[in-house]
Amino acid sequence: MNATGDAIAAVVAAHGALRRQRLLRSGIGGAALLVALAASSWISEVRPDRLVEGIGGALDYLDRTMPRATGEGVVADLREWYWGLGRWVVLLLDTVVIGALATLMGATAAFALSFPAARNLVQSASLCFGTRRVLEFARAVPELVFALIFVFAFGIGPLAGVLAIAIHTTGSLGKLFSEVNENADHGPIEGLRATGAGWLQSMGFGVVPQVLPVFLSYTLLRFEINVRGAAIVGFVGAGGIGQELYLVIRQFIYPDISAIVLLIIATVTAIDLVSERLRHAVIGRENLS
Amino acid sequence: MTATESADAALRIAHPALFGPSPATRRLRAVFGALAVLAVLGAFWRTGFLDATRLWQGLGKLGWLLQFMLPPAHNGWLLDFLHALAETLGMALFGTALAFVIAVPLGFLAARNILPLNLLRFPLRRGLDGLRGIDTLIWALIFVNVVGLGPFAGVLAIAAADIGVLAKIIGEAVENADRRQIEGVRSTGAGRLQTLRFGIVPQVSPVILSNGLYFLESNVRSASILGVVGAGGIGQELSDRIRINNWDEAMFLILLILVAVWAIDTMSASLRMRLIGRASTRHIGDKRPSP
Repeated sequence: MNATGDAIAAVVAAHGALRRQRLLRSGIGGAALLVALAASSWISEVRPDRLVEGIGGALDYLDRTMPRATGEGVVADLREWYWGLGRWVVLLLDTVVIGALATLMGATAAFALSFPAARNLVQSASLCFGTRRVLEFARAVPELVFALIFVFAFGIGPLAGVLAIAIHTTGSLGKLFSEVNENADHGPIEGLRATGAGWLQSMGFGVVPQVLPVFLSYTLLRFEINVRGAAIVGFVGAGGIGQELYLVIRQFIYPDISAIVLLIIATVTAIDLVSERLRHAVIGRENLS
Repeated sequence: MTATESADAALRIAHPALFGPSPATRRLRAVFGALAVLAVLGAFWRTGFLDATRLWQGLGKLGWLLQFMLPPAHNGWLLDFLHALAETLGMALFGTALAFVIAVPLGFLAARNILPLNLLRFPLRRGLDGLRGIDTLIWALIFVNVVGLGPFAGVLAIAAADIGVLAKIIGEAVENADRRQIEGVRSTGAGRLQTLRFGIVPQVSPVILSNGLYFLESNVRSASILGVVGAGGIGQELSDRIRINNWDEAMFLILLILVAVWAIDTMSASLRMRLIGRASTRHIGDKRPSP
């Protein structure tokens, strides 16, 4: 056998070894996934027959929520379907107000906390550490859990919803804001320090003008998420359209379910569209300056 | 009027923009500012923030709650709590897997370069949009009605809410697949299925994998609260404890959720790094503000 043959054989052998190694690794990964899936299907009580039953039941449910044609014309049917439109629109407005107010409060708190939470903007490491842990806690506890607690403390109504969403917003926006702050250009800060500016002044004139457009666009994005959240917190009694939706689902008033869900989807979509245009306007201005 | 003053006035007339906003603009801004303040005040009033006694009493009650929450304790329910936590993780994993099994073929069908028939693709996409518009918790409430209380309703809710988003992401990834690679495979004489397998799937699979892990993380969070409406998992224990005023156990459960979420996030981040490399760990927070 010549040298070329040896080289080819070596390459083929190495290739085979690599292939076997990859096969083994994906085999182990796949087996682990299968075991995990089997365990989760056991613990979450999933069985094939129930799966089929569940999908069939869902289709049946969907069919029942469809509005019925009574033969009195489309307008009469629509009026019958959306019999509570006036009340629902008021509740939807409440939901949007909950989302907007919570966004405003959360963004304000996040703005204040994002400076001590930025590692390169404060001297004291413990202040930074403490602020970050507070933000982490606010972010990690689900909105609905805060809502449950606040409904207990402040009673049923939108107040609990606003507070719950505001705290969660503080956590998630505070993290994003502090990361933006850390990436801000240090030149203006040093320039301001050189003129004798204090910490507050160098933040206000050195950092804020750089980061404000990004903050605004994140806040608008959060507003979109919060309107969705505001539609949900009503499930535990924290106001808005969610409270009504919970009621009609629990009382099996089928046509109302589809009517309200469609209204929520329409509202959320409309707000997404408006907010997207605003965000593009904000970012556009940022790119110009 | 002195000479400087008249020169100043002339300059003001010649170059109004240099002397700040005109009185009309200022008035307009003041009006808008006043309206904004009024709107915020109205929102505070409508949501009950202007009711000082209620606010004060609520804060007092909150302080009282906090005293009862600390120190957190399981009071002998630890095994039940751990079982509920396992149920939550199981719901999240199986729900995500179920969503994937359904969403991958739907996503391929929703891509323009796979299914060129607009007539079929349009209703499919609108249907997926509809699924996406409904929150997991609404699905959970509905499935509790359909299949009864328990974690199975939670699994179905997670799957139903995710199918729409996942199919959209996968469909977009398929549409954005590099054409040159597909043409290269086709030029070797590959058929439709072979082109799919060797031209498109290798480009799409990293997207599918990394999103699978992201969805798993987010679904662990969702699954931890679905129990509030009766769909199983640790949320059920938590809302029960809050309803019967066992605040130290409620706090224990909250901390348990936090630890579980943190552990899953850490595991998933390291898995993602090993499977698809560093590039995909970049997230929205890394975006630098432009100078």
